[in-house]
Amino acid sequence: MNQTSIDSVGAGDSIRAGDSAGAGKGTFRSYATGFILSVALTAIPFVLVVQGMLSYRVTRIAIFSAAIVQILVHLYYFLHINASSRARWYVLAMLFALLIMLLIVGGTIWIMYHLNYRLM
Amino acid sequence: MTGEAVTISVMRTGEVEHTDTAARKAFGFWIYLMTDLVLFAALFATFAVMSRSYAGGPAGKDLFSLPDVFTETMFLLSSSATYGLAMLATYNGRKGLVLAGLAVTFVLGLGFISMEVSEFHAMILDGNGPWRSAFLSAVFTLVGTHGTHVIFGLIWMLVMMVQIFTKGLTAPVQSRLLCLSMFWHFLDIVWIGVFTVVYLMGSM
Repeated sequence: MNQTSIDSVGAGDSIRAGDSAGAGKGTFRSYATGFILSVALTAIPFVLVVQGMLSYRVTRIAIFSAAIVQILVHLYYFLHINASSRARWYVLAMLFALLIMLLIVGGTIWIMYHLNYRLM
Repeated sequence: MTGEAVTISVMRTGEVEHTDTAARKAFGFWIYLMTDLVLFAALFATFAVMSRSYAGGPAGKDLFSLPDVFTETMFLLSSSATYGLAMLATYNGRKGLVLAGLAVTFVLGLGFISMEVSEFHAMILDGNGPWRSAFLSAVFTLVGTHGTHVIFGLIWMLVMMVQIFTKGLTAPVQSRLLCLSMFWHFLDIVWIGVFTVVYLMGSM
């Protein structure tokens, strides 16, 4: 992967800040793909909730799955977070933030619901 | 790996140091975004706990208009895509296109935030402000914090348009445009959580 960075530097004259900054660089294709997928992944859960054709449980699972997939779509196509070595530190920082989020949200819900249960 | 690459880059040409600084700034900004994510996590946790504490007041079902929320979502989503196109124009050095892309993004972002403000305004006029119940306090805090971020993003966008106009697409300007792009896409990601947890779950 050092080779890649030497190459991109070798391209030389047209170096711009954007070229190596951030986790990566998008293309028209990536933004278009991301946009279309996101519209679909937004429309599906809205239709499911408005129509109410599935059971509460299934709808809940469906809208949360659509949200998680759409977040991944945004990360991949808009923020260019992927498996490349350039994005590694971005992914690590994000995983750490996710761990903290899990502790905050999971821990809060766990404690507060039990408290509710014991006091009511 | 990044370390080695950076050393090689700096040895090659002086100009690359700009690139190196921009890469560091972008990563530093990413770290800030991750801390912001933790802030939103705390607000989401609060909302989860308060989501049924209506205190005899209205529930999400009685308040939210899903078609409006869908339109808001489309505004924000399209603005994310147009910002992406503005970034592509930035890489290609097309100043006019960048300005046009940012202008469209700004208008779409403004559309989003005006819909949100009018929604809040209508709720407050109906006596369903944040003081009505713990549920509404949580809604206003979570959605309002996201909205405040969007407003700051819009102000930042205006500043960048002025900078592109006066300074051109210099390396520092490009670096700031990249940070703003991460901020803008990040806000869209947080919004996915908001419309799923607050609006869709609340309307079920």
